[in-house]
Amino acid sequence: MALLFDYALRQADSALILGHRLSEWIGHAPLLEEELALGNIALDLIGEARALYAHAGTVEGKGRDEDALAYRRDAGAFRNLLLVEQPNGDFAVTIIRQLLYSAFAHPFWRALGQSRDATLAAIAAKAEKEAAYHLRHAGEWLIRLGDGTAESHRRAQAALDELWPYSGELFETDAVELALIAEGVAVDPATLRPEWERTVAAVLAEATLAAPAGEWMQSGGRSGRHSEHLGHLLATMQFLQRAYPGAVW
Amino acid sequence: MYTQGLLHAKDDDRAAPEPADRLARFQARIDAEEKIEPNDWMPEAYRRTLVRMISQHAHSEIVGMLPEGNWLTRAPSLRRKAALLAKVQDEGGHGLYLYAAAETLGVSREELMEQLLLGKAKYSSIFNYPTLSWADIGAIGWLVDGAAIMNQIPLCRCSYGPYARAMIRICKEESFHQRQGFEIMLTLARGTSEQKAMAQDALDRWWWPSLMMFGPSDTQSQHSDASLRWKIKRFSNDELRQKFVDATVPQGRFLGLAFPDADLRYDEAAGHWRFGAIDWAEFRAVLAGNGPCNRQRLAQRSAADERGRWVRAAATAHAEKRRARAAE
Repeated sequence: MALLFDYALRQADSALILGHRLSEWIGHAPLLEEELALGNIALDLIGEARALYAHAGTVEGKGRDEDALAYRRDAGAFRNLLLVEQPNGDFAVTIIRQLLYSAFAHPFWRALGQSRDATLAAIAAKAEKEAAYHLRHAGEWLIRLGDGTAESHRRAQAALDELWPYSGELFETDAVELALIAEGVAVDPATLRPEWERTVAAVLAEATLAAPAGEWMQSGGRSGRHSEHLGHLLATMQFLQRAYPGAVW
Repeated sequence: MYTQGLLHAKDDDRAAPEPADRLARFQARIDAEEKIEPNDWMPEAYRRTLVRMISQHAHSEIVGMLPEGNWLTRAPSLRRKAALLAKVQDEGGHGLYLYAAAETLGVSREELMEQLLLGKAKYSSIFNYPTLSWADIGAIGWLVDGAAIMNQIPLCRCSYGPYARAMIRICKEESFHQRQGFEIMLTLARGTSEQKAMAQDALDRWWWPSLMMFGPSDTQSQHSDASLRWKIKRFSNDELRQKFVDATVPQGRFLGLAFPDADLRYDEAAGHWRFGAIDWAEFRAVLAGNGPCNRQRLAQRSAADERGRWVRAAATAHAEKRRARAAE
């Protein structure tokens, strides 16, 4: 059960941290429609996180609920991908981050819909539909940015170059995942790689952007070795729970 | 809501007189409770009053996203975080919806947005106050949305069709927000002593500005009675303010919180809660741009607009490229 707890937590943490990042856009988005769209995507992701935390808490059996898991763990205990904790940057950075993640999340949830863990499968079925929309939204925007003006092209390429080294982590597996893959509970991310590559390549081609040549990939999220950014995000997000221990909100 | 009765009568002076028979037919339709639709003839002052009212309302929704957005990243639980996100998103949706309603009167969203960013357009004074604690999110839902609903429910019967229809949907969402805000206050009021103090402090700071949301007193209002005659509005500022106080005071007492008004008392004979004098100097100062956050709010909207310029330019350029390719 410890494995399943860890696995659910990984997905929950990625969804929450990305949802939180997107919520930082509210009031700052480049147009009103995007205030709504980014808010919508953030809501989907936070919803996914809540369902996954609830499942993780139940599996763990120590009475930790969604808020105990989201608000009362320090950065080292978070298992999200490094990609999703990267700061919003300009709109191009946010869109690239969303594209790299959603191009993975969409086939990931589809595959996880076949999980032998019925709760994970049910969460995945809902998340798959959401990820399809998130992917479409990011893809359409990246095409506009890449194939828009000289400035937007330059920004989109810079964003891609900046975040590309965080894409390798999407496909990593470790002992936790291997054991759960063998049981038919988890998805082997390596099997999703061809589809991810096709999706990303198609968008980049239409956006007239070039995938970076460098092969070095950052890693560490799954083992709690994060970038400096996560601590600040959590300091903000967890502030009330930390400042008033035991209070109910 | 959010127009604060600031529909300056001086602007209602028409340059060219309109034919008396047309005006009479228009008034007859209003009196018969018919809805006026975008393509119908309407007096110029009616159109202008509505544009001002709807755009002030739309701007208020958009600026109103900021004080609440200030707590999106610090909401104390995932449930509260999701609910607040959904609420702020609803407000953006109301803004879009209302700009579209204003567009039916021949004014574009871009024009209206430009007026807002230039500081030429008004929005509700309430959003120029800061959100200093989580309890302020509760207080905004309970009091600010509560005041908004009081004003907006009669607007569902506004004589202008597109605005009235927009209001029906908006009111449903606002009343959900109001209950959500009250529930936040209730949780705090039933919580630790620190949480209760937080709730009290929020009520202390938001009560009077909420009363100011209804605009100047009827004796002071520059508002002509034309908008009542045209059934754009159905109640005066003071009538709506009194309704709000009557509805809200019992709720505050249920919360166990004290209103920051030594003169607040129940008038048995009239069946109304009587309240103390509103500090109209403060109201005027905030309207004049000197509230705690006026500059900050506009600066944030302007910065977002400025930072988003290249994104909008990219979208336009890309659309043009597509059109050109399709034409080839």
